[in-house]
Amino acid sequence: MTTADPTVEDSEDEPTLKLEVETAELSAVPLRVEDLEKRFGGITAVDGASFEVERGTITGLIGPNGAGKSTTFNCITGFHRPDAGSVYFDDEDVTGRAPHELARAGLVRTFQIARELGEMTVMENMMLAPKNQSGETLWRSVLPGTRDGVRDQETVNLERTWRTLEFFELDHLWNEQAGNLSGGQRKLLEMARVLMTDPKVVLLDEPLAGVNPSLEARLLEHLHELADRGYTFLLVEHDMDVIMEHCEHVIVMHQGKVLAEGEPAAIRDNEEVIDAYLGEDV
Amino acid sequence: MSSGEPAEADPLDRLRDSDVTLIVGGLAALYLAYVLVGIVAGLSPRGIFATITQLTLLITIYAMLTLALNLHWGYTGLFNIGIVGFMAVGGYTFLMVTMPVAEPAARSAGGLGLPFVVGLVGAVVAAALLGFVVGLPSLRLRADYLAITTIAMSEIVRYFYQSNAFQEVELGGILLGTGGGSGLVGGYTTPFDTYVYDAGWFEGVVEFVDTTFQISGTLGPNIETLFDALVLVVVVVGFYWLLKRTGESPFGRVLKAIREDEDVAGALGKDTGRFKMKSFMLGCALMGLAGALYVFFQLGNTVNPTVFRPRLTFFVWVALILGGAGSNTGSVLGAALFVGVLFRGPLYLKNAIENLVEFPDAPDTVAGGLSGFLSLDPVPFIAFLFDNMGSLRIILLGVVLIVLMKRRPQGLLGHRTETAAAVPLVPVETATPSSVAGSDGAEATDGGRVDTGQVDNEGVDGGGEGS
Amino acid sequence: MVITSVLARGQTVARSGLSTAVEKPLETVLAVVGLLIAGDFVVALLVTGGLGFAEVGQLAKNGLMRGLVIGLAGVGLSMTYSILNFANFSHGDYITFGAFAGWGVTYLVAGFGEADWTNLLLVGAGGGVYGAQLGISITGTPLAVVVGLVLAGATTAGLALLVDRGIYKSMRDAGGIPLLITSVGVAFALRYVIALSYNQSVRGTTSTDIPTYQLPAIDGTIGVNAHDLVVLASAVALMLGVHFLLQRTKLGKAMRAMADNEDLALVTGIPTERVVTWTWVVGGALTGVSGFLLVLWRETINFRIGWVLLLLVFSAVILGGIGSIYGAIFGGVIIGLTLELSQIWIPTDFARASAFALMIVILLVRPKGLFAGRSTA
Ligand SMILES: Nc1ncnc2c1ncn2[C@@H]1O[C@H](COP(=O)(O)OP(=O)(O)OP(=O)(O)O)[C@@H](O)[C@H]1O
Ligand SMILES: [Mg+2]
Repeated sequence: MTTADPTVEDSEDEPTLKLEVETAELSAVPLRVEDLEKRFGGITAVDGASFEVERGTITGLIGPNGAGKSTTFNCITGFHRPDAGSVYFDDEDVTGRAPHELARAGLVRTFQIARELGEMTVMENMMLAPKNQSGETLWRSVLPGTRDGVRDQETVNLERTWRTLEFFELDHLWNEQAGNLSGGQRKLLEMARVLMTDPKVVLLDEPLAGVNPSLEARLLEHLHELADRGYTFLLVEHDMDVIMEHCEHVIVMHQGKVLAEGEPAAIRDNEEVIDAYLGEDV
Repeated sequence: MSSGEPAEADPLDRLRDSDVTLIVGGLAALYLAYVLVGIVAGLSPRGIFATITQLTLLITIYAMLTLALNLHWGYTGLFNIGIVGFMAVGGYTFLMVTMPVAEPAARSAGGLGLPFVVGLVGAVVAAALLGFVVGLPSLRLRADYLAITTIAMSEIVRYFYQSNAFQEVELGGILLGTGGGSGLVGGYTTPFDTYVYDAGWFEGVVEFVDTTFQISGTLGPNIETLFDALVLVVVVVGFYWLLKRTGESPFGRVLKAIREDEDVAGALGKDTGRFKMKSFMLGCALMGLAGALYVFFQLGNTVNPTVFRPRLTFFVWVALILGGAGSNTGSVLGAALFVGVLFRGPLYLKNAIENLVEFPDAPDTVAGGLSGFLSLDPVPFIAFLFDNMGSLRIILLGVVLIVLMKRRPQGLLGHRTETAAAVPLVPVETATPSSVAGSDGAEATDGGRVDTGQVDNEGVDGGGEGS
Repeated sequence: MVITSVLARGQTVARSGLSTAVEKPLETVLAVVGLLIAGDFVVALLVTGGLGFAEVGQLAKNGLMRGLVIGLAGVGLSMTYSILNFANFSHGDYITFGAFAGWGVTYLVAGFGEADWTNLLLVGAGGGVYGAQLGISITGTPLAVVVGLVLAGATTAGLALLVDRGIYKSMRDAGGIPLLITSVGVAFALRYVIALSYNQSVRGTTSTDIPTYQLPAIDGTIGVNAHDLVVLASAVALMLGVHFLLQRTKLGKAMRAMADNEDLALVTGIPTERVVTWTWVVGGALTGVSGFLLVLWRETINFRIGWVLLLLVFSAVILGGIGSIYGAIFGGVIIGLTLELSQIWIPTDFARASAFALMIVILLVRPKGLFAGRSTA
């Protein structure tokens, strides 16, 4: 699997070592949410939710439809400004920061309904993601003297893109417009793209919907590998088997509140949780 | 043109797909059509020559504007319909910077008396600044609101130049001004006069051409226009180069992403506000430069506010949509088609036909034309339409825009994918053979473009039974 | 005790005022500018006497008239903008179309037998026929004016429907921007079809002798003529009619629902195509009538009157809030008054510029308009 590892930035540079230095600086609780509240008109989508996500874990976030999971994601990543409460990333209060600032700091998310960049190719979608692209500065891209440097960086990113695409089994679609992909393929593209940003904490909103079982298993395995290296995942998933099998910790939301949290086994037997799901007819 | 082509690609396909071929071929076809029509209609060679040089001049101006608009709309998704406002600022700034300083006793305003190139730089800077001022609050607006804001801005700019309030303004002892409703007249000796039109070498060329072709009278003015057009062709090449590089880069990739879905670009860590502003200002600066060149080359170094009516903006839009938004090559071709076929074509055709056949006197009104149908005689109506070719061509232009939006919103060239990257985005040969099951390396590397909307879902949804 | 509590209250007020000023700099600057202008206005009118009541009144009356016409056209634009979700750039040329179609009929009725009927129907495009010579006015030729007004509405409704069927109907799902661009094409084609049919000259349309009444104002009089009254009465009657339509009829309720949320309207079984049809009919009719009234009021016609008005109509609609009927009218009157009253402070060259500037400012600080949240009400 190492040959297809998409997150190794440059195989000659002993990336694992570099990564450990980076993660050592991280707090043990890279993501913390306190009393988060978000209302839409009369609806209170998130109603005082508080929880922590520990470093190096895959934490599950579950709850019936409309529980407020996606809205929580939106508040954490800056897409919505919460009406009350705080979000801490690496022990720093980042409530209300713009999405791009958070993403640059390493807090990224995927969207529940995949948002591919339809009229860009799969390759372009992927190449967009890497951080610190010198060619994103206009003059560097244009001036003859600096463009060579941009090109070199593009070549490096391209190689990484290609390996990631291979891993996600999207390589045969490399030149396809993302808008022509199937639902499952879009979800994969979105996840692959977000991993290209070298994130620290990744919020995944139902990333496995429409993905075939064998690939799903491999992706989860990959997430575990990344988690072991210090990446942190918060995973919204409706498939309980996935949650039970792959999450160290599970948070249950219901009507905007955190109803319960704990180890998967404990959650499974929690009466309140069962009631919440039954009450919602799921 | 096909020198050094790799053997594996079908050379004909490569040639057809090459941007330069498309542009040169398109222009050649257009010119050929003009020449043929002229010859058939028996127009004088001088007339044909003059038409074509003027055509080229106008095409280059439109090509610059369309390329700049393509950066805004085609790449970044910014709906700017205030093009003419940025042109006006560029054109006026250019003249106000380059016109000689007014004599102390003069009754009309002069300029700053600075060199030609400084005028162009001034035009670029002024238009970019206006872009900054307009963009700062409005780039976050919805596309249709941005549209209305920009067109309103362009009208405000026009009223500003039209007003008598700033006709003459005393600034630090220099009498500057916009000239109000009557505009500004350059009227000074430009470097072009000194080093080209009035220079010995140029007169030599004219004399050579005149004696070679033996046409009564001199071709001097036409050769001047040709020279201007060639200068502008060089500028268009510069625009094209700049915008192609801008597009084919990580910067251009972010712009495209913003066009597709601004939230996604933000979620990936791109400061979309900054990118939009840079793109907007760059486009506005180029529109300002095009405005200055328009004033200098097309309007004979004079300017007046009526030139900058909003319809010019929409003409540029038609050109862009005709060629295909998102494509720089399409922008240039669209400009050529717009000017050659829609804008100048009908008038040229009218001229040609009038040279061929004697039309009966056209009726004054449409009623007179239609009444011919009562006696089953379509001639009066045709004569009437013919007589009103100026209006007819705008109707045609509107209809073309409607049909394009309905039938082919992606433009004549279609969804041409100008890849947004500084290196070709093609599969990388990985050192170790791919260990991933289900991926089809051979197929992926053949470079074939998938033209249909159909995607083979194998490997993901299909469970990969095929492998 | 009292003093300290008052002081404390004053401090909090001051602090909150300051914090809003910091949070919303644009709004604060605007409020200050607005206050300065209002203050200057009051001082000039009452204290220094630099402004006369009659002078201001005359400007205000002109502003109101213009505003009503713009507002009436704005109602039509606002309806299609909110229900069909696109900014219709051919709306201005619908105004022109209504004006020519209606005035052709007015000429025909007023001058029947006096001149060639085709020339009359073409509003004198062939030359030799003028409104003054036909003596057209609401008092001189009431039937001609009324029939023209009604037919202006009817024909423009027909045109709007025809264009919708032929062009927009198959593009319902295309999205606002492609529709906007298409409407630019419609605008060009329509404007020059009008130019071709009615020619490009500017001509006078009404009698030179229109009854005028002098309303007393403190230091003079304000002239109001019969056509001002026609504009006022028609505009008010039509606005009441639209109000009734939207509030009281099933169709109106469906329109409001669609303006709020088209998908929801689809789910709840409102027959959207029927609503779209009526939107064009009602909107088109109001637009045509506004074109007719515009010409009646300004006494001249040419093929660009509507196009030139378009941005002002957009300004009115945005000012009032897209989708709001009262907003459009209110916005129209504000724009009309801005056009006229701005002359007190700035050169007339900038009247339109100031109206556009007002619109841009509203877009920036309150993009939902002054009547936000009350769509089609
Ligand atoms: N932009 C919005 N405007 C209004 N209401 C919203 C908005 N976004 C979410 N809501 C409402 O907030 C509540 C929570 O929605 P949310 O999408 O967060 O739930 P969820 O837990 O992600 O559900 P699901 O499992 O279906 O994705 C729902 O009642 C939803 O209708
Ligand atoms: Mg959700």
